[in-house]
Amino acid sequence: MLFEAKNIVKRYAAHTALDGVSITVPEQSIFGLLGPNGAGKTTLIRIINQIIGPDEGELYFEGNKLHANDIYRIGYLPEERGLYKKMKVGEQAIYLAQLKGLSRSAAIHELKIWFEKFEISDWWNKKVEELSKGMQQKIQFIVTIIHKPKLLIFDEPFSGFDPINVHLLKQEILNLKEQGASIIFSTHNMASVEEICDHICLINQSKTILEGEVNSIKNEFKANIYEVEWLGNMEQMKNNLPSFLSILDNSNSNGSNKTKFKIDKGNKPNDLMKFLMTNSEVLGLKEILPSMDEIFIQNVNASIK
Amino acid sequence: MSKINLIIQREYLTRVKKRSFIVLTFLGPLLMASIWIIPIYLSNLSKETKVISVLDETGVFFDKFTGDENMQFIQAVPQLKAAKENLNKMGNYALLFIPKPDLHIPNTAIIYSEKQASLDVKNYIKGVMKKEIEAQKLAARGINPETLLSIKTNVFISSIKVDGSGKEEKTSTEISMALGMFSAILIYFFIFLFGAQVMRGVIEEKTSRIIEVIISSVKPFQLMMGKILGIALVGFTQFMLWVILTSTLVFGFQYAYQDELKTFQNTQIIETSQGMFPDSPTETKITETQTSNENIGFLIDALTSIDYTIILGSFLFYFLGGYLLYAALFAAVGSAVDSEADTHQFMMPITIPLILSIVMAQLIINDPNGPIAFWMSMFPLTSPIIMMLRIPFGVPYWEIFTSATLLIIGFVFTTWIAAKIYRIGILMYGKKIGYKELWKWLFYKA
Repeated sequence: MLFEAKNIVKRYAAHTALDGVSITVPEQSIFGLLGPNGAGKTTLIRIINQIIGPDEGELYFEGNKLHANDIYRIGYLPEERGLYKKMKVGEQAIYLAQLKGLSRSAAIHELKIWFEKFEISDWWNKKVEELSKGMQQKIQFIVTIIHKPKLLIFDEPFSGFDPINVHLLKQEILNLKEQGASIIFSTHNMASVEEICDHICLINQSKTILEGEVNSIKNEFKANIYEVEWLGNMEQMKNNLPSFLSILDNSNSNGSNKTKFKIDKGNKPNDLMKFLMTNSEVLGLKEILPSMDEIFIQNVNASIK
Repeated sequence: MSKINLIIQREYLTRVKKRSFIVLTFLGPLLMASIWIIPIYLSNLSKETKVISVLDETGVFFDKFTGDENMQFIQAVPQLKAAKENLNKMGNYALLFIPKPDLHIPNTAIIYSEKQASLDVKNYIKGVMKKEIEAQKLAARGINPETLLSIKTNVFISSIKVDGSGKEEKTSTEISMALGMFSAILIYFFIFLFGAQVMRGVIEEKTSRIIEVIISSVKPFQLMMGKILGIALVGFTQFMLWVILTSTLVFGFQYAYQDELKTFQNTQIIETSQGMFPDSPTETKITETQTSNENIGFLIDALTSIDYTIILGSFLFYFLGGYLLYAALFAAVGSAVDSEADTHQFMMPITIPLILSIVMAQLIINDPNGPIAFWMSMFPLTSPIIMMLRIPFGVPYWEIFTSATLLIIGFVFTTWIAAKIYRIGILMYGKKIGYKELWKWLFYKA
């Protein structure tokens, strides 16, 4: 495991921000930290970055207790982010890289590579205030990863980017994972979670309500719904329908039917197939897994009740 | 440690490279030097001779106006109306009209001139008339002017400090006063100017939202101290540049205009001695020069008697200590607000002791060893200014030592408090903070 947080508790005067939250981030993975606003995500991220300390609980980096020097191996892109407006881009990037432990010459060397890669070399001597918000975000992304951290933390990284740059950024995040980094990814954007996350942790009201691999979570929450494309008579199908099956949805196009079947617990997909084979000509069959969006809403609502 | 260095470096370089810093660095010395140079330059300019026509109905005074290289007196036409017309026509500087009084000895005069008559001219005329009238009055009562002159006495008090071992030192209250005032005001401005810069720097980091990126790399305390120290260096650089540039300007000017300056200084000395003895400048010439020589000798004695190492040393200490103490508080204020407009409620308690110190300055100088002066020079929030007012008058070492120790304790204490407020405040956005919250922050666990 690259990073572990065990039973983290953080209390403020009026409320408890985190109440026994644990996360486990495997090596070379993308970890989605999910939750509605005010759930405690930012507090947890600040604790991982050692900006604030937990009241209870332990943190481990590569199996050892989190040490002050580990911040050199963590890169953090906060949700509330900005740069010194009056400072020149290059100068500022060097300064921030130096704060992350790079020497001046190494910082310049690495920065030049990234500036060329993003085709922004001519911004080097511009003041930050001359750049658009999207441009500034690119610089921030670069200074977050410049020291080649083992663990990266992105808090809502795509907010403020246009679709082209979102795509570019996603590619870079996947590249970083390929090169061996792990990424903690805090967001509300469920579509991007499904697309790139391997693991997730769902926090609501200071508590973990769901944690695990994306695929196994989806399996856990699947409702045994199958979509079947078939040829045949709908009336006949309905008349012969066994009691363990129910039809949720049906559409007809180009002469073929698309029907969603729900299988009751205790029966298997094979039972559905047997029924279909005797009553229709099957063109295709696939399982419908719940989207992360649905799982998110379902779990958050359940935890409130 | 290297991170604090990086922060100090950034804070220093970004400020020193700013246009406003460069402009201020050169403008300051120009202003200071011009305060000294312009009066000399102006007095050299106005060397043309002023012609003043005199219509003296009494007939007593005209002969007495002998004039000098700057003033020439001529007889005007006997009619006031015609004389006034002549004033414009002839282009004379002024017309002096002394009407004949009905009963008593004449003591009024009127000056007509196109522009406001200068103070020099007025004072000269006044002096001459006064002397003549007094001479007449003396004669009327049968008093010999020489008798009067022999009675005239000039009292000059030398203050001499005697310490326990019987060592004597000549001192000058005026010099101590000027020295104390100057350093106190300098410290006051330095604290305000650069303390406010610390505050603005913190607010800038908060509003630009860079703060969270930075404190994921460094501890909030390092960031705060780096900023405070970096700006201290900026202030120190500016101060040193001012001293160097001002003295270069002044000495350069002195060297370039050596000759003019000599005559200027001579006339100045005579003018000041005339100021002390307004009557009979010629008759008392000898005694006058003696006194002014004595005077200057005493001044030099007093100047050399001042312990410059103590003054300079304590100036640097209180300069830095006062700044550090207040800068931490300014940083805390900056961290607690979202914009400069919100700072007012927190600025009040910080500025009151500073302003109070300056307001009390006159009182302290009048009684530099009184109880108010003593206690205010011990209290860390007022000691940087008040102690600097007292030191040129001579303060026992134990008092300086106690005050310095208290200032260091005060500085550590305010920095500790400020750091606690700072680390919470920089992460708080969009919430209006009151004193109650600040108080709570002191007890939060990091």
